[in-house]
Amino acid sequence: MIQVEGLTKDYGLRRAIDNLTFDAGKGEVLGFLGPNGAGKTTTMRILCGYMPPTSGKALIGGFDVVDKSLEVRRLVGYMPETVPLYPDMTVFDYLKFMGDLRRVPDVEDRVDELLEVLRLEDRSDTYIGGLSKGMRQRVGIAQALVHDPQVLILDEPTIGLDPAQIIDVRNMIRKIGEERSVMLSTHILSEAQQLCNRVLIINKGHIVAEDTPERLQARLTGAQRVAVLVSGEADGLQDVINGVTGVAQLTDGGEGHIEFETLPGQDPRPEVARAIVAAGYNLLEMRSIGLSLEEIFLQLTRDEPEPPETLGEDNYTSEDVVTDQNSGI
Amino acid sequence: MINIWTIARREYNLYFASPVAYIVAFIILLIIGLFFFFIDISTASRQGFPPTVQNIIGITGFMLAFLTPAITTRLLAEERRLGTIELLLTSPVRDWELVVGKWLGAFLLLLTIMAITFIYPIILNQIVEPGIDQGPLVSGYLGLILLLSAVVAIGVFVSSLFSNQIAAFIATMGVFIFVWWIIGIVAQVTGPLSAGNEIVSYLDFSGHFYNNFLRGVIDLTDVIYYLSVTALGLFMATMSVEMRRWS
Repeated sequence: MIQVEGLTKDYGLRRAIDNLTFDAGKGEVLGFLGPNGAGKTTTMRILCGYMPPTSGKALIGGFDVVDKSLEVRRLVGYMPETVPLYPDMTVFDYLKFMGDLRRVPDVEDRVDELLEVLRLEDRSDTYIGGLSKGMRQRVGIAQALVHDPQVLILDEPTIGLDPAQIIDVRNMIRKIGEERSVMLSTHILSEAQQLCNRVLIINKGHIVAEDTPERLQARLTGAQRVAVLVSGEADGLQDVINGVTGVAQLTDGGEGHIEFETLPGQDPRPEVARAIVAAGYNLLEMRSIGLSLEEIFLQLTRDEPEPPETLGEDNYTSEDVVTDQNSGI
Repeated sequence: MINIWTIARREYNLYFASPVAYIVAFIILLIIGLFFFFIDISTASRQGFPPTVQNIIGITGFMLAFLTPAITTRLLAEERRLGTIELLLTSPVRDWELVVGKWLGAFLLLLTIMAITFIYPIILNQIVEPGIDQGPLVSGYLGLILLLSAVVAIGVFVSSLFSNQIAAFIATMGVFIFVWWIIGIVAQVTGPLSAGNEIVSYLDFSGHFYNNFLRGVIDLTDVIYYLSVTALGLFMATMSVEMRRWS
């Protein structure tokens, strides 16, 4: 449904996105992860038909975003990061207006339906200016959904919501993602992990990594990290665990906490568990801790320049990104 | 096409939800009313000739034109300020449909206020024997309608250039003052025989209304003038909206 090839956008001399290529199909939720200014919003705006790219191609549902902008806009539901709304319209009137603009049939029933799903029915006649942030966010999502779009593009959809609302919205996105194409951008890495079939990590206008959340973690961690917790007596525990083949890099966290890394290709966890119990320790917990997406994210995008007072222009530390690219990510 | 109506309807209704339209209408109708009584009627009765409908339509034209900036300033500037322009431009509405819709909403509001002034010709018709001159009445209001359409178009265009309503208001006023007075003065000062004077006087915005429509003359060139200004204003507003996309 979404096909992007060599997409580039310059704002004057500044290149916001450079040669992006990716796609997303039906029934897929694609996550866009990146620091501020990475180019996420620019990419989304181009895909929505808001602005044309400087070069490259983007197709939504087969329609070119430049030549067939109107068709693209019919297919797409978009919620901008700022969630712009009209404060002097009521929730119902606003959604009806957006529905009318999109020629939604039986628009009033559709709006009532949406309000119910988003738990806004009792705010139907409230002026948007009087709503809380979380409610305004939900109105913004309702606006994106009003015409039941094939492609949903959401810029930071759960920002500002409380935990219960976040769960609701994520469930909704998951459900929609089963049949349609959803593209969302987020800073919340656990959200990308939970919701997205695939994640694109973007930094400074370039895609630095693209894969499923699980594979991204696996690719970056050749080895597994395992955490062990015993209660009570822990003397000598280190040696017991170290004695098992496949264990390396053991760190003792004190008070019964031990972390170790497995050698690549080996899984000594059953052996370790048996060894601990056989030696008489009280094993409470053993779990894997992969590199979270957060650490991957930071690792891949950790090339922020130092503050100007301490470093000159030539000392930008971008070797981390270069290294990762060289390792074939 | 239906998008134009959706947008126009929203703008029109929104005017009634805010105090601006009511204040504008009140001021206009108050001043016209005072003018009607103290100037039109009493002057005429003192000087012994019947009051004319031209005066009313003339002052209505002036008032509506100069209070229009208050009405049009928010049309596109507010969308930009709120960020909702991003929603409008990513919805399946063409740029010109958006502009024309905004124009239509404001235009219909001004026509509504204008319609309230019909009461004065009706009153005049009762008190003047044998009834007021129908010709200038019809041509006067026709001229007024055309004038308003052009004035709103200019307002929409200027609004599209700003994201601040106050700036848009002041700029629109500036434009009106220029086209209403300055051009006419230039034409007069340079004299009827100077080169290009015909062109300059043709551009005189208020001239077409006051000199022709109000006197009962419906001249095609005058109609074309106001329609052209309307079309030009809407065209430039569309260009302005489109250019935002490309930057």
